[in-house]
Amino acid sequence: MKSDTQRVKGEALLEIRGLKIEGNSDGVWHPIVKGVDLTLKRGEVLGLIGESGAGKSTIGLAAMGFARPGCRIVDGTIMFDGIDLRAASEAEKRRLWGARIAYVAQSAAAAFNPAHKLIDQTIETAVRDGLRTKDQAIADSVDLYRRLQLPNPERIGDRFPHQVSGGQLQRAMTAMAMSCRPDLIIFDEPTTALDVTTQVEVLAAMRNIVEQFHTAAIYITHDLAVVAQMADRIMVLRHGLEVEEAPTREMLKEPKKDYTKTLWAVRSLAKEESISDDVTLSVRNVDASYSGVVKVLDNVTVRLPRGRTVAVVGESGSGKSTLARAITGLLPPTRGEILFNGKPLSRALKDRDKDTLRRIQMIYQSADTSLNPRQTIRDIIGRPLEFYHGVKGAARDRRVAELLDAIELNESYIDRLPTELSGGQKQRISIARALAAQPDIIICDEVTSALDQIVQEEILTLLMKLQKDTNVSYLFITHDIATVRAISDEIVVMHQGKVVQQGPKTQVLNPPYPAYTELLLSSVPQMDPDWLTNLLAERARAKVKA
Amino acid sequence: MHPVLKTVLQRLGLGLLTLFVVSVVIFASLEMLPGGFAEAILGQGATPETVAAFNHQVGLDRPATVRYVEWIWNILHGDFGYSYAGMGGSIKRSVSELIAPRLYNTFFLAIMTAIVAVPLSLFLGILAALYRNSWYDRIVNTVTLTTIATPEFFIAYLLMFFFAIRHRWFYSLSTVSDSTPFLEHIYRAALPALTLTLVIVAHMMRMTRASLINLLASPYMEMAQLKGVPRREAIIKHALPNAWAPIATVIAFNLAYLVVGVVVVEVVYVYPGIGQLMVDSVSSRDMPVVQACALIFAATYILLNLSADIVSIVTNPRLLHPK
Repeated sequence: MKSDTQRVKGEALLEIRGLKIEGNSDGVWHPIVKGVDLTLKRGEVLGLIGESGAGKSTIGLAAMGFARPGCRIVDGTIMFDGIDLRAASEAEKRRLWGARIAYVAQSAAAAFNPAHKLIDQTIETAVRDGLRTKDQAIADSVDLYRRLQLPNPERIGDRFPHQVSGGQLQRAMTAMAMSCRPDLIIFDEPTTALDVTTQVEVLAAMRNIVEQFHTAAIYITHDLAVVAQMADRIMVLRHGLEVEEAPTREMLKEPKKDYTKTLWAVRSLAKEESISDDVTLSVRNVDASYSGVVKVLDNVTVRLPRGRTVAVVGESGSGKSTLARAITGLLPPTRGEILFNGKPLSRALKDRDKDTLRRIQMIYQSADTSLNPRQTIRDIIGRPLEFYHGVKGAARDRRVAELLDAIELNESYIDRLPTELSGGQKQRISIARALAAQPDIIICDEVTSALDQIVQEEILTLLMKLQKDTNVSYLFITHDIATVRAISDEIVVMHQGKVVQQGPKTQVLNPPYPAYTELLLSSVPQMDPDWLTNLLAERARAKVKA
Repeated sequence: MHPVLKTVLQRLGLGLLTLFVVSVVIFASLEMLPGGFAEAILGQGATPETVAAFNHQVGLDRPATVRYVEWIWNILHGDFGYSYAGMGGSIKRSVSELIAPRLYNTFFLAIMTAIVAVPLSLFLGILAALYRNSWYDRIVNTVTLTTIATPEFFIAYLLMFFFAIRHRWFYSLSTVSDSTPFLEHIYRAALPALTLTLVIVAHMMRMTRASLINLLASPYMEMAQLKGVPRREAIIKHALPNAWAPIATVIAFNLAYLVVGVVVVEVVYVYPGIGQLMVDSVSSRDMPVVQACALIFAATYILLNLSADIVSIVTNPRLLHPK
């Protein structure tokens, strides 16, 4: 799946015209896709990109003639290799699915059946459709596993989904999709749930195999840098409509529409770093573990200066969220101490007084689950005001209004419920709730990870503005390097429970790097369509040298 | 040791502990019942002297703790003691001797019902999940809801009315004895078995349907569909293996009910099961029999729940094949 010249493209395989899809919420049908045209030639890879709600997954599934429960295709034609998928019966479509059109889902961990071995799931369609005997299909799967660079390809099929890692599962799912050598594969955000370092390998394996078998693909993602590595052409979608479409290089070089330009807004956001020695929180040689056996934090030392932002960055399992739990007292450390404004913090939450609790606040990744859906905004923000400051009645409401103002919402939101707000607005409410306590420190745990790029930028900008106004310190936990670049003064890199590096942003993000930092930074996809190719070549060279 | 074996042994150990606690609770609560065997058996003629003499003869004048320790010690040696009834006379009847035929009858009826009811409810449940919201689904749901909501004695009398009185296909009374031939036993127990089937199918069928439907929305079911797996195959091959745990729990619960909770049906059909024996023994304060029955009931619950736990472990690869 590379530059346009390398690939020979055949005649049109998939033609979608005037596609309109509606979704049902609370009994009302409203449009999700509002008339999209799309043509895909044999052997071509089309990237669909857009924010959540743009309709990209819905279009991807519609390309199979499928609509999720609660959705319906209301208008347009979907022609796959001369077959009208809208007119085709369920039985006809079922014969195509898996055999000629395959689907690779976002979360392989959820899309693999936990009750069956990988190999049985991989060969299921090929054997049922009589394309291969069971033995042939198994031999073929082993070959596919090998091509996808899965470790131990002969044996890995005998494992159950929970026994292999996320990146391996995603490759196994690609093997499953490839098992019937389909004409078309729909990749639906296949690497979104993976860590960056894992993502690189999976992207490379997927790109390779699609190229080898000359398979056409629709690659759905919200990450422009990822799609740039995979697709021949990119189509940008917004609110169920096409914004623009162009060959990958053209699109990256000069996006025509303003909306497309805003898609990488966060990547251009950057804060001037500012260093301070006035330390408010100091974590010293802290160990922590959940079961008592495996250390999740191993001799962690981190310092957080007053009024500054320290970004804690690392992959899943690196211990960054556990660090937050240790600081807040939810998980008492087994060793080491935490100094707060020069005084040691009690290890356990229950030993801390109200004033200490007030000074350390937390914002969570998912505002959906961290805000009580049955409380109005007044109660959500008002509660810490009453609890910590004893402000009641009209004074409380006045303060809530001020806080709403500070987070750039207004008083009219005061009687709403969280469910009536958008994802970004809910996260703003979480911020206001933390601010209501007037804390010294706010721990932000992946607070922008679930948000779209543009909303991410707004939230980050707001956080920086609030820091300027209140001199609050942020401990900002994230796995996203672009976010780190945007908000931090200092950076802590964590890996397997250890601190790999702490230092000012410019120092950490520039060479010389410790080995892990280099791996992490080099794995972040760049807007350059040759990035993956170059990276793989470079790593191969380094390997040869070693 | 394999983790599954370890879990099973752990649960068995816990089960024994539970049995012990249950034995204390049974013994203590029976002690607290007003009146005693002597008063019950002597009736009008219960003067304080005769009661004391009677109690002394049976050993009831000793402290409760002593009697408990003796009782539990004997049970650990497989001796459930002797029924108070006939204690004074020449023929002593051991509790095991009293209970054995009753227990056989109860298990006979329970197994007979289970053989019909469990496959039937699985079948109905799978079909209901497959044809969700169809007429079939609605009818099955309504009918099972009706049978679950109707008192079991009422169902028993209805069935008796139609199948024994109107049509004379079955006997209205299910009296059986040791000498009843096997097939005859089945024939006589048919109406009680049918009654019980109607009572328990609803639970199991609804749980099967619910746990399957619960899984239908999961991403791997969508994946199965997008791999071209036909609906029926998807439900049986992809959903059912993941649904066993809750289904097994409900089945175990209902099977336990078949052993310990069917006294009403037994009474209606005059079927000589253990439920009747226990009720009779309670009213005559025949403590050794009551205690033995209660222990058997407790053991039944514990063993069936253990089997349900084993099923949920064995059908869950995460537990069966740890990383």
